[in-house]
Parts: sequence; structure tokens; C-alpha cells
Amino acid sequence: MKLLIIEDEPGLRDAISASLAEEHFVIETAGDFHTALEKSLVYDYDCIILDIMLPGGTGLQLLEHLKKDGKPANVIIISARDALDDKLTGLELGADDYLTKPFHLAELTARVKAVLRRKNLDGKNSLEAANVVLDINERQLLVNEANVPLNRKEFDILNYFLLNKKRLVTKTALAEHVWGDDIDQADNFDFIYYQIKNLRKKLQAAGADLEIVSVYGIGYKMEEK
Amino acid sequence: MTLLNRSLKYLSISLLPVVSLWAVVFYFNMLDEIKESVDEGLENYKRLLIQKARTSPEILTKDRMGENFFSVSEISRERALSARDRYVDTLIDMQDADDETPEPEPVRMLVTAFEQDGRYYTLHIINPMVEEDDLIEELFRETIGLYLILVTSIILINNFVLKRLWKPFYSLLQQLTQYRLGSSEHLPQAKTDTREFKNLQQAVNILLQHTTATYEQQKQFIGNASHELRTPLAIAISKLELLLEKGNLDEVQAGSISEVLQIVERLVRLNKSLLLLAKIENRQFLDNQAVSINKIVREGINDLEEIAAFRNVHISLKETAQLSVRMDAALAGVAVLNLLRNAVFHNVPDGMVHVHILQHAVRVCNTGKTEPLIPEKIFTRFYKPDAGTAGTGLGLAIVKAVCGLYNFTVSYQFDEDMHCFEISFA
Repeated sequence: MKLLIIEDEPGLRDAISASLAEEHFVIETAGDFHTALEKSLVYDYDCIILDIMLPGGTGLQLLEHLKKDGKPANVIIISARDALDDKLTGLELGADDYLTKPFHLAELTARVKAVLRRKNLDGKNSLEAANVVLDINERQLLVNEANVPLNRKEFDILNYFLLNKKRLVTKTALAEHVWGDDIDQADNFDFIYYQIKNLRKKLQAAGADLEIVSVYGIGYKMEEK
Repeated sequence: MTLLNRSLKYLSISLLPVVSLWAVVFYFNMLDEIKESVDEGLENYKRLLIQKARTSPEILTKDRMGENFFSVSEISRERALSARDRYVDTLIDMQDADDETPEPEPVRMLVTAFEQDGRYYTLHIINPMVEEDDLIEELFRETIGLYLILVTSIILINNFVLKRLWKPFYSLLQQLTQYRLGSSEHLPQAKTDTREFKNLQQAVNILLQHTTATYEQQKQFIGNASHELRTPLAIAISKLELLLEKGNLDEVQAGSISEVLQIVERLVRLNKSLLLLAKIENRQFLDNQAVSINKIVREGINDLEEIAAFRNVHISLKETAQLSVRMDAALAGVAVLNLLRNAVFHNVPDGMVHVHILQHAVRVCNTGKTEPLIPEKIFTRFYKPDAGTAGTGLGLAIVKAVCGLYNFTVSYQFDEDMHCFEISFA
């Protein structure tokens, strides 16, 4: 899988590259409009992460070029503007997702994977790890092909962990993903611990070869046993 | 006290001494005038008497004031020659129709001397004078009357003229009271040719334009600043997350970085809330549609289920009506969720949250502190009753801003030991 990261802020560009490199993607980067245009027209990418405000042009202009050229890349817009217009124009021009800055790396990873999976759908839409299969369409968890009932939020949590397997998922990122990103006062995400505890119990009882380990008290990581 | 009443007060107070002074001056002038005219009459009468005495000498024998208004008596030559015409005020007993017995009445008396046939006589002629008491009394009454008439006419004239004259002023004032920074489209305008009012209007409008410009700038500034902060915050968060993931840190270092990350995340929330407020105030949410409050409340409660359970707070929902409101769906969600979240977070263990959806309102009541909050302050930005809480202090300000945008009202009551917030959509 080949990714192009178009972002003019070197700090953010490097962090995104480093994070996505962990997922064994081939990463290329561009810091301005012209480099980005050149690369995106010359090479084929599975996914383009696109900032809107760029030196020399805007991400939306780039999208138009891609559309005109019939380039089949998946595009995720990352923007400091969340003006509804930008979002709508972006999605109209063929972007697949829109992420407002600042975001958690785990969230970006999850979005990239979701987009790639949608693209490479061959009839099934599921996540697999060890002896566990998570069927996204049916919203079902299968451990050793046996169904394990999960409630809506447990499913969302597990989904998020599987998209970020072996990666740090902070409590904040998890809370924002599952409970909505306008959680204003939930500065104290202790309640998540109980959710994780329940999920761990269910995974353990079903004999799943997955475990959720705590990382420095700030988040979790899903590991295969 | 209105301008009208105040000017009336000062006018009537200052008119009183003016009218009184005028009455005194008028009285003395009048008295002088009367005396002068009486004296002229006496002088004329004197000439007639002296003439008549030459043809009818019996006049010379009238040495008493009887039915006549004069008396004649003989005097020595020396006295006659040294005598001059004298006018004196004196009293003489007289009986009027309203007197039972003769009473001393003021008279004007001319004392003169004349010579006839070598003999000298002195002549006293009298003429009844106005009684000064009566005159004063009458004048006093008239003065009071005049004063009252003056005040009445001033009231009438003031009412008519002043109201007319000040009409542009009151019109301007009314428009000013209704003027809202940022939402009023037109500057106050009053039709007038009066220079003072024109100047006032000009001054007010310049001030308003200036204030509006500042207000707009400030609004834009908050919005721009929040936007500009987003990229640096994104860099900070991703770098910290990477460091925690890859850094091979010991517990102490990881703890410190976690703390920093949490602080940055708090900054993100603060920034997001400020931006939301700025956007509400800039009216950037205008995707109005029929929104089911019932649905939004149910979703909100569902979102908060785990947090509430963790805090041992029980949420109950009572729907006595299906409430549908025309507004932006995202803002409806923000407002309702903020109220619900507050109710859960500012609660006590084993506490309660009662949500009630009524015909035109949604009411959220929760147990919590035993004393009421300060209604004037809770909706202001960054107001936090307990300094320890890590909330942004913007939740209720956002609720109020949303309500303000659609002319809804949000109110707080402390009712039966419950803190109750109500959004009225009517």
C-alpha cells in the first residue's frame, strides 16, 4: 500500500509519516501544491492524505485535477478549517473522508484503514486478527467462528482497537471516537476503564487470542497473544 | 423624573418669586397712579369750589364735613400766605353699605388756602381712597390666579411644544435601547432639522460604527486565533502520542508526557469550544430543519450511559410530548448534550438526573450541591464555581449562545434540592 501525505507543516508531516510507517505502508510526502500535484499525477497512490491550505494552491484544486485525470486514489482531507463548505466541496470532489485538525494519530490510522478496506472490498467487510473476526457489516464478533454478543459501544471499541492493532490508543482518542468528539468535560476518562474491563472479560471468556494491555495509564494497546 | 416634569418643576419654582415681585411693584405703581388721579380730581374740585364761593358765599360757612366732601374755615392772613397745597392720607369715619357703624376709612385730603374779599380761608377737600387692605387682598388673589394660569399654560405648552421638539430625541433613544451590537442591521435614524439632535445622532452613530467594527474584529479574532491554533495543537498531540508509543520511556517520563498530552487535549477542547462559540455568534450555522428534540435527548442519554453508570448517576426520561423544533441539528445536539453532560458531571454519587420533554420546552434537573448556583453568573464564559473542575467553563455559555441565536430562552432554577435547567423553545 502506497500513501502520499500532503501537508505543509513539517512537524505534522513527519509525525503522520512516522505513525503510518508503523502500519507498513509505503509513505511519500509533499510539502507544497506543485510537488503534490506532480507526484499525485505521476504515481498511483492507494490513499492520499491531503491538507487544504498549501503553499501554491489549495487541496481542493488538487482534488479537481485528480478528478479530471480520473485518478482513482482515496483521499482523506485533513484541514484546520472545518467550514461546512470545505467539507462538502471536498467530498463532492471525490474525497473519501474529512478530518479536522487536531486529530489523534489513532483516528487517522483508523480512517486510512477504513478507506483502504472499503476500496479493496471483495464482498466481505471484516477485520481479522488471531482467531478473531469482526464482521463490520453484520456488526458481529466471531471468536473461533463462534458468535460473541457485544453491545454497540463494545463493538465500536473493539473495531477501533483492531484498526489500531499493536498501536497506542489513548483514552481520549477512544472516548472521542466512540462517544463523540464533543465530549467537553470528560477530562476524566476513568469510565473507559470499566468498558475495557468488560470487553477484556468477554474476549477472555470466548478464548480470543487478543488482549488489551494498558499503556502508562494514558491508553491501551491491543496485542496478539 | 422626565425632562418635561423637570422643566415644569424649575419653571414653576422660578416663576413664583418673579410673579410675587411683579405683584409688589405693580401694587406700588397702582397706588401711585390712583393717588395721582385722585389728586387731580381734588385739584379740579378745589378750583370749582373757590370759583363757586365767589358767587355763593354760603359755601364759606361750611366749616364741617357733612354731606359735602369739603370744609372751609377762616384763618389768619399769615397762615394763609404761608400755606401751600398739601395732599395727605388720613382716616375719616364713614359708613358704607356693609358697615353697621361708621368706621374710619382712608381718604385723600387736599388742604389749601384761598383769599376772598380780603379774608383768608383754609379749604379741606376729601376723596375716598381705595382701602389698601382690600387692594392687597385683591392683588394677592389675582397674583395667585395669574400664577396658576401661567403654570397651567406652561404645562400645556410644554406638553405640546416640548413633546414635539423632543420627538426626534425620544425616537433616537428608543432605537438605541433596541440596538443590539452585531445583530441590528440599521443604525438609529431620527428625522430632524434640529442641529443639536443631528449632532447627537451623528455622534451616536460614529460611536456605534466604531463599536460594531471593534466587536466584529474581536469576533473574527477569536475565530481566526482558534483556527491558527489548530495546526500547532495537531503537531503537539501527534508528536506526544508518537513519543509515548515509541519512546522506550520509563514510568516517570511516560507519566510526565501523559500529563502534557492531557493538558494539550484540554487546550484542544477549549479551543474547540471557543471556535464553536465564535461560529454561533457569526451565524455560521444556518442549516435549519425540523429537529426532533426527543430523538436528540435519547441519543444524548445513550451517549452518556456509561459515564453515568460509572458515576452511579441514574438518568430518567419523561416524554409528555413530541417536541420538534426548527433549527440547526448540530446546534440542537450541542445544546441538549451540554445540559445533559453538566447534569451528569456536576452530580453526586447515587444521584439523579430527570429529563422532561414538554410541549415547548426541555427540562433537565439533577441532584448536586445543596446550595443553589448563581443564576446571573452560570451562563457567563469561563465561570467555574469550583476551581478544581477541569471543564472548559464554556458549556453553558454555548447553550446560551445557541438559544440566543434562535431566540429561545434558557433558565436556571433551584427546585426541591434539584438544579434545573430549562430550554424553552416557544
